[in-house]
Amino acid sequence: MTDLGVRRPTLLGGVGESAARPDGIAKTTGEFEFLGDMSADGMLWGATRRAYVPHARIVGLDVTPALAMRGVHAVLTFDDVPGHRYQGQHVTDQPVLAEGVIRHWGEAVAVVAADDPETARRAAAAITLELEELEPLTDLEEALERGEVYRHVRVRRGDPEARGEVVVEGTYETGMQDPAPLGNEAGLALPDGAGGVDIWGPTQWTHVDHRQLSACLGLQPEAVRVHPCRIGGAFGAREDLSLQTHIGMLALRTGRPVKMVYDRSESFAGHVKRHRSQMRYRHEADRDGNLVRVTARLLLDGGAYELTSAAVVANSSYFAVGAYDCPNVEVDGYVLRTNDPPTGAMRGFGANQPCFAAEAQMDRLAAQLGMDPLELRLRNALEQGGHLATTGQLIEHPLPTREVIRSLAAIPLPEPNDSDDPRLLPGGTGLTTPRSGVVRGVGYAVGFKNLQFSEAFDDYAEARVELTPDGAVVHTAAIEVGQGLVTILEQIVRSTLNMTHVRVAFDHTGRIGSAGSTSASRQTQMAGGAALEAARRVRDEALERAGGDELDEAGVWRDGRLLASLEELCAGAAIEHHVRYRHPATEEPDENGQGALHVDFCVAAHRAVVDVDVDLGMLRVVEIAIAQDVGKALNPQQLHGQIEGGIAQGMGQAIMEEVVLDRGVVRNPTFMDYLLPTSLDMPPVEAVLVEEPSPWGPYGAKGMAELPTVSATPAVAAAIRAATGRPLDRVPVRPQGIVGLQ
Amino acid sequence: MQILRPRDLDGALDALAAHPDASLLAGGTDLMVEVNLEHRRPETVIALRRVGELAEWRDGFIGATVTYARMERERLPALAELARTVGSPQIRAAGTLGGNLGTASPAGDALPFLAALDAQVVLASAEGRRRLPWDEFLLGPGHTALRPGELVLGVELPDTVPARQAFAKIGVRQAMVIATVNCCVVRHDDGATRVAMGAVGPTVLRAREAEALVAGVAEPSPQLLDEFQRLVSKEVQPITDHRSTAEYRRHAAGVLARRTLERCLHR
Repeated sequence: MTDLGVRRPTLLGGVGESAARPDGIAKTTGEFEFLGDMSADGMLWGATRRAYVPHARIVGLDVTPALAMRGVHAVLTFDDVPGHRYQGQHVTDQPVLAEGVIRHWGEAVAVVAADDPETARRAAAAITLELEELEPLTDLEEALERGEVYRHVRVRRGDPEARGEVVVEGTYETGMQDPAPLGNEAGLALPDGAGGVDIWGPTQWTHVDHRQLSACLGLQPEAVRVHPCRIGGAFGAREDLSLQTHIGMLALRTGRPVKMVYDRSESFAGHVKRHRSQMRYRHEADRDGNLVRVTARLLLDGGAYELTSAAVVANSSYFAVGAYDCPNVEVDGYVLRTNDPPTGAMRGFGANQPCFAAEAQMDRLAAQLGMDPLELRLRNALEQGGHLATTGQLIEHPLPTREVIRSLAAIPLPEPNDSDDPRLLPGGTGLTTPRSGVVRGVGYAVGFKNLQFSEAFDDYAEARVELTPDGAVVHTAAIEVGQGLVTILEQIVRSTLNMTHVRVAFDHTGRIGSAGSTSASRQTQMAGGAALEAARRVRDEALERAGGDELDEAGVWRDGRLLASLEELCAGAAIEHHVRYRHPATEEPDENGQGALHVDFCVAAHRAVVDVDVDLGMLRVVEIAIAQDVGKALNPQQLHGQIEGGIAQGMGQAIMEEVVLDRGVVRNPTFMDYLLPTSLDMPPVEAVLVEEPSPWGPYGAKGMAELPTVSATPAVAAAIRAATGRPLDRVPVRPQGIVGLQ
Repeated sequence: MQILRPRDLDGALDALAAHPDASLLAGGTDLMVEVNLEHRRPETVIALRRVGELAEWRDGFIGATVTYARMERERLPALAELARTVGSPQIRAAGTLGGNLGTASPAGDALPFLAALDAQVVLASAEGRRRLPWDEFLLGPGHTALRPGELVLGVELPDTVPARQAFAKIGVRQAMVIATVNCCVVRHDDGATRVAMGAVGPTVLRAREAEALVAGVAEPSPQLLDEFQRLVSKEVQPITDHRSTAEYRRHAAGVLARRTLERCLHR
């Protein structure tokens, strides 16, 4: 062999660069095939019959009028579920189709497969459904009294007799937020001709879907393959199954491919939402502002089925104090069964609600003490070497709480608005507000959350890295929902193998083991950790085989001489390594909620600047600044994207986003009335990335994409409080609240 | 579902005479939402885009299929202001004045403008034409005086349209939002003042006591404006729904009308 003329290739798109997404151009030009764009020959269309009442007994259900329609191939109800009749990611208590009782608005009763979507919809509507309405349970205090508790998390730490001299108390509420991903639920089920089925559906974790689907469809695990999906957004909404079981049942029954697509209104009925909450807090401190005791009772609305609620209330309870030291803590967190729509995972996973309340408490405490609110937070900041206030866990890894607060405080405040451009004034294009009537407020909040799964969950991710003559391929079942994992995996493997040409292959459940959920800020560290370890082994084997000491795109080198090209390396046995990667283990809580329940933590601090029209209750968020703990920035551009998107979602919850419930009935299941921030509502974001490398994350990275949402909400609320002087203890803050009316 | 596509007004009126219960389609920004939500399932749709007469805009007359995008560009300040608050650019390119009248939502953004100007609604059928004052056309939420076989040809504005006119709208975001309260104030040269409020009653309504209070007063004092604000709040008839509360709407109507009047006076 010869190395004459072979140049050392330059690595492009490695760790730390703002590498471009491989699917970016296709998504921008509209060529990317999303789930809803899929089709198959001979395909039928599915539709769902739902009951839009919160609680009722089914006294009559007759599918014959639908079956009699031309072009209708199947109409299925609860009795037709071939296997286990309940589903759910953590707790499988949600009937695949209603089992004689409607327990929430929009519950699915029957599904139809027909030749075209219109026939399917008409057939679904033709099903005779007679309901006897029952009283819905929608009051959280009443649910608690009646013992409708999915889980009670009890935290007791420190001295129950300890008391602080300075006391602030408050009650707080957060509304139910919809994850509102841009892509509606869509899916395709394809019978394999041998009794099995391939399913593409909106998911964040194909293997957990696979477990439920094979059980519900009554099939052996190997007869069901769940494919990675190409879906626009998730935010938690795809952690529980939506239409997958339904299309699987219809495909098995008809022997034909079945596609189903929800429209926006059905999407509101068809996916889980963020728990609304009612919280009661008491903070006690000494005269110097050191927290002495925090007492909290948290009520979360778990809706009609449990699903992931038990893990959500655990997070709420364990992060009830925030990123602060406090020796004495008493928290009772309850998640309750009601007849509201089912709630589940959503960005922040239970950390958001207590953050809103506890950060408001910190502001009240600062006011009571006559102390600067940031000074109070710095004084009590929890960092490495400290103990989590609730569970007592030692914080083993870097947690730059003071650094994020100081970095945030160092960002200059925006200038006063001297423009009469209505888009920069409260009320926007509605021309409600002259510049003279505006009061500016500034508010702060610190967000704090765990990374990965907690409470002794066996949390792992698999990946396989394969060397090819053209570079490397990373195989994973991890789900890319738009967050950018595909880019991060490429970057990690590029840097590890020192080669630019790396491609990610998203495999179905039959090809590779679980990568775990795309949630809990997991995948950069988990799928990324697995890919890193597999890539290291590939590199080591390549070096060893060729006897060199450097690997790159050209091959293996020693002393500036190319020993073997990639083609030569790959000519023999394949060089590929498969890794099942686990993060450090966690413990289960004891009876007082104590223990090392979490792997690691992440912190962020937000500052919101808001201009408020105090007479009319209109407002405009002027700027949001954030300092965010990221461990190590693997892709700064993607981090900024997550930060801006997360802030939009957190700000949305602060000022407009709410599923309006009227005794269990959703009053605003459309984007006409469920308002999301538009480009005119979203302010400029000033972001500082704080890098203190994680000792175990790939290249020091931490997952971070939940934190920008968690503390954006309380920061915006605090800024409105500062401008108005009103307590505003409920989000979303409404104009009527700002002017002090009902 | 059959779709009829007449090429002129006579064709449209004939089609409507043959199918008096047909749904009329112009921009489709309301109709298509209703169809998609399965609130309406028309058997016959008459598409009006090709009917040139309906898109006319000449002195004192605005045709029913004039879009918000066009209103935004024209010289009536309040009309341009209200048009800018409607939906997204795509919606404004499609949605029409006639649609706002036909839908008769209490929150329709063009309706306060028509009410403040005492506009007449011109209706046409195969039988002929008739004119109705805005308040005899708008009868309640989703309810108009339109008869089967009849369509809205357009609106007639009074001979003098004062330059001092202003529109404002409260919604819970900076754009693309349905009104919580909307308002149009028109000030005539002789000091006569017209105040029309939307989303605070079954139809758009006029705050006539408040109008009378400031009529002819060249420079209303702060005390008089306080009283004006109070009267507007008194005269509106808001309800509580999923978008807002009656109490807030009552308060906001007064503040908004006062500010809109002030803006109008300084024009």
